Amino acid sequence: MRISRIKPESFITWLIKFTGYSAIIFVFLIFYFLLSEGIPVFGEVPFKDFFQVRWYPIEAYFGLLPLLVGSLIVTIGALIIAVPLGLLTAIYIAEVASPRTKEILKPLVELLGGFPSVVLGFLGLLILSQYLREILALPTGLSALTGSLILAGIALPAIVSISEDALDTVPRSYRDASLALGATEWQTIWWVTLPAAKSGVLTAIMLGIGRAIGETMVVLMVTGNAPMMPQGLATFVNPTRTMTATIAAEMGEVANGSTHYHVLFFIGIVLFVIALIVNVSASTFVFRRKKRSERILS
Amino acid sequence: MTITNKIVTENLVLQYSDGTESLKDISMNIPVNSISVIFGPAGGGKSTYLRVLNRLNDLANVTTVSGKAHLYSESGDFIDILDPNLDVTALRRRVGMVFARPVVLPMSIRENLTYGLEIAGVRKRSLLHEAIERSLNQAALWEEVQDRLDDPAMELSGGQQQRLCIARSLALEPEVLLLDEPTSGLDPISTGKVEASLQELKKNYTIVLVPHSVQQAARAADYAAFFLQGKLIEYAPGNEMFTTPQVQQTADYIEGRFG
Ligand SMILES: Nc1ncnc2c1ncn2[C@@H]1O[C@H](COP(=O)(O)OP(=O)(O)OP(=O)(O)O)[C@@H](O)[C@H]1O
Ligand SMILES: [Mg+2]
Repeated sequence: MRISRIKPESFITWLIKFTGYSAIIFVFLIFYFLLSEGIPVFGEVPFKDFFQVRWYPIEAYFGLLPLLVGSLIVTIGALIIAVPLGLLTAIYIAEVASPRTKEILKPLVELLGGFPSVVLGFLGLLILSQYLREILALPTGLSALTGSLILAGIALPAIVSISEDALDTVPRSYRDASLALGATEWQTIWWVTLPAAKSGVLTAIMLGIGRAIGETMVVLMVTGNAPMMPQGLATFVNPTRTMTATIAAEMGEVANGSTHYHVLFFIGIVLFVIALIVNVSASTFVFRRKKRSERILS
Repeated sequence: MTITNKIVTENLVLQYSDGTESLKDISMNIPVNSISVIFGPAGGGKSTYLRVLNRLNDLANVTTVSGKAHLYSESGDFIDILDPNLDVTALRRRVGMVFARPVVLPMSIRENLTYGLEIAGVRKRSLLHEAIERSLNQAALWEEVQDRLDDPAMELSGGQQQRLCIARSLALEPEVLLLDEPTSGLDPISTGKVEASLQELKKNYTIVLVPHSVQQAARAADYAAFFLQGKLIEYAPGNEMFTTPQVQQTADYIEGRFG
């Protein structure tokens, strides 16, 4: 009896261990591959060359700065648009909308989140860029701004639905307590409900950032793809080029094992490090919050 | 002019949108500077009645409230609590409320206490500090927290949190204090502290208390009202109610022979 019960148990344990370890092994394999293809670059390109302002691989100009700046501008621009808009929408759905409006809006937002982002990119390419070009009188509508707007659209559903959930789980009693002290509904949302939902809202924003950083094809479609250094305010309406888009656009036609090939992998390593920093700082922040909220529950 | 009744309610009827009529024709007066106790079995409408008095029902799914509810000030003037155009935030500053489960806001002890005042526009630090010390003393909490005012309020024990909630209401110097089973989660010692401070507070405030047991009702009541299924069955001074109840249902409930 006993033995026959232990056997499947140990098999399941083994299976779980195996899948767990293989996930870790895959991550290490990817990391190893990235490093082994990217590290040789240090023997081929002087390190300070990466800090040039020119990216023109054909003539061996490997300045990463314009790409880095392009990525930053497009991503930060997207967040500046998506975070306030997403939060306000979440507050509207969770706190202000009537139950009926809520029932319509929530699935709608979720539907938007399930939309293939390439379709959004397509709309950006055909419609949004035309409008921007006409309204702002630009030479081309494919710019950092177009990229930011479309990325914001992609990040928005995640930000809205997750922070809406977070606001929703704030107990009714918090609001009652605040109202009973003479606060208005808006004061209650701002001073009590939003702070109480802070960790969930932060998670929402981090996931939004994650989606925005991860989007490659859409950015490739709508930003005009010209690696240029920033030129004041015009930077936002000029074409630009991000790091991810560079890899996607150039990896297909580069000679295997060439310097250019190694530099592209090096960009991959840089992206990896940036993602790591963002994730670690976000999770330590959210984790610290969690500890406190665990205290709330005890 | 001195008033005898702080709150007057007449023919109060309240219906939730699902059709439950939770208050059926309630007429009762809450005497000033005393503890009025509202007791009775679960679902009797006790909480609903309290939430009418500070209009916290506004956001609940209430379909109809009718009847009369007036709040008197010392001068003898009164305001109509049910007036749809009433400034409810001002009303809620005059009629404070403490809930069954302690709900400290996710901020420091100090901020919990100054929250209501700051929202009311009080900015002066000396005034805020005065209010903190006074209200904590009134709630018998000052000794325990005076050295840790800037700690998160969540770190207090349950009993301390509930006294903080009472202090938080008192910081606004309300005229009426509504307490909905304020000691239901507390140990006997904390309960004793809260009850003692209520006896102290009633000298300056009008208190409406929903007790968590008949024993507490008997201990605290200057006046007692027995609610049963939305109806006011009996309303009498506390010493009469708990010794010689006039209605059979009240007697049965007090003696634990209910149902
Ligand atoms: N938001 C609401 N929507 C619908 N019905 C409600 C709502 N709140 C309370 N009720 C109903 O109103 C009646 C009175 O409820 P109330 O909470 O006032 O009772 P109570 O006397 O405070 O009971 P307890 O001793 O359990 O706290 C109950 O039948 C309850 O189901
Ligand atoms: Mg109740």
